[in-house]
Amino acid sequence: MEEDEKNEVPFTIEGFYKFLSEKKLMTAQCRECGAMFLPPRPVCTSCLSKDLMWVQLGTRGKLVTYTVIYVAPPQFQHLAPYAYGIIELENGLRLSGMIRNVEHEKIKIGMELEVAFDSTATEDWPKWPRYYFKPPS
Amino acid sequence: MKGKPLVAVVSAGLSKFGKMEDFTGRELFVEAVKEALQRCPNLNPKRDIQAVFIGMMGESFEHQGHIAPMLSDWAGLLPAPAIRTEVACASSAAALRLGIFSILSGIYDVVLVGGLEKMTKRSTPEVTEFLGMAADFPFEQWTGVTFPGLYALMATAHMHRYGTTEEQMGLVAVKNHHNGALNPKAHLQKEVTLDKVLNSRMIAYPLKLYDCSLISDGASCAILTRPELAEKYTDSPVYIIGSGHGSDTLGLFQREDLTSLRAARKAAQEAYRMAGVKPEDIDVAEVHDCFTIAEIIAYEDLGFCRPGEGGKFIEDGSSLLDGELPVNTSGGLKSKGHPVGATGVAQIYEVFLQLTGQAGKRQVEGCRIGLTHNVGGSGATCFVHILRGE
Repeated sequence: MEEDEKNEVPFTIEGFYKFLSEKKLMTAQCRECGAMFLPPRPVCTSCLSKDLMWVQLGTRGKLVTYTVIYVAPPQFQHLAPYAYGIIELENGLRLSGMIRNVEHEKIKIGMELEVAFDSTATEDWPKWPRYYFKPPS
Repeated sequence: MKGKPLVAVVSAGLSKFGKMEDFTGRELFVEAVKEALQRCPNLNPKRDIQAVFIGMMGESFEHQGHIAPMLSDWAGLLPAPAIRTEVACASSAAALRLGIFSILSGIYDVVLVGGLEKMTKRSTPEVTEFLGMAADFPFEQWTGVTFPGLYALMATAHMHRYGTTEEQMGLVAVKNHHNGALNPKAHLQKEVTLDKVLNSRMIAYPLKLYDCSLISDGASCAILTRPELAEKYTDSPVYIIGSGHGSDTLGLFQREDLTSLRAARKAAQEAYRMAGVKPEDIDVAEVHDCFTIAEIIAYEDLGFCRPGEGGKFIEDGSSLLDGELPVNTSGGLKSKGHPVGATGVAQIYEVFLQLTGQAGKRQVEGCRIGLTHNVGGSGATCFVHILRGE
């Protein structure tokens, strides 16, 4: 996608998930002050500028903290127990999600994980694809 | 302004907390109001109560929205106008703060504040889902986290950074169940052993069933007036001398520090400054122990001990009923129960009882200054209030 075409995608959650369905982890950066924020949003929360651009993030990160969830809401109960954590990507940006393909006993704070894309979107609202974390391939 | 009473609490009421099979939320609220009015015979509710502020988190539990005017009606307070506040589990501390503002503004002389939640008709997975709505939907709920999960993320981070242990967290549950066993309104009035806590089933590692607060039904209320009018209604008023409020990102993952709540530190700082008191001046505190780790973090955020020393604070007995700073004498959310919208004002109810010497078997002798700490969600909201007895 060309730079201009890319920046026509609005800086919204729908925009974030549109890129995600293309297996790209994208967020917004402020052209005025350089701040990056995840999730993307229409106004820079540091300087309030609306002059933003999409930037693609590397998918590798380090695990900051984790849990293993045994009691889940109805839509996730069939996956339980599942591991869940917060990872820190480049630039200090963080994201939370399920951790898959690792034995729960082997999960350690500081371990390397990468964002993986599950392109199947739900049929009903909100029709977003899912992402999760797994050991780097 | 320092230490000057903002408002007087002239009465308070609480429904029984628990699995209240035969009652809808509105009936529990009426029960709480009835107690508050009985405690305050000089008050004529229809004439004196000018407005009602009520906290409730979710319409989903009872399929009922627009509750505020209905509750004013059911409690017999119409035509007093009513509004509802919602900031997740801190909804009724928000109602309290608005009630304080309404009196300080000069608009009203007497208002009723309170909260309620009717949760037990729903299955645990449904309750998990409804409470999950207080997290950031597109990035937290959507990716499979739960509320126990969010606090478990904080617990793992606290253990990793400070060496806090599952045993220390378990001791919070043991203490709060001990206190709750002395509270006739508590949901689970029974003691538990550390062994039982540690061997209870896993909910979200490292949090087990007995690390989690209860899914309860219940309602709470308090009657506020201008300090100079207090003696019209009671001989033993309690004064609110500090009110603090903090906000933070909804998403836990967006916060730099996962071992402390910035909103709580901010609310505490504001309340302490307004009240002109320090953490060491607090005689009794009700803190938001939605999970045992939350109480340990609260000790630190409120300055009862240094960051990282919350585990030691419970381990050395400081927060026990006969310790230097008794915390959650009511049994806390853990044993008294956590009907989320009722919790903030239920904490005020307990401190009101303590400061007026009405706390029965769990009375802390000679207490004069009390604190309440009510958190919304994973910490995007926190209110701290400081109260003084006569």
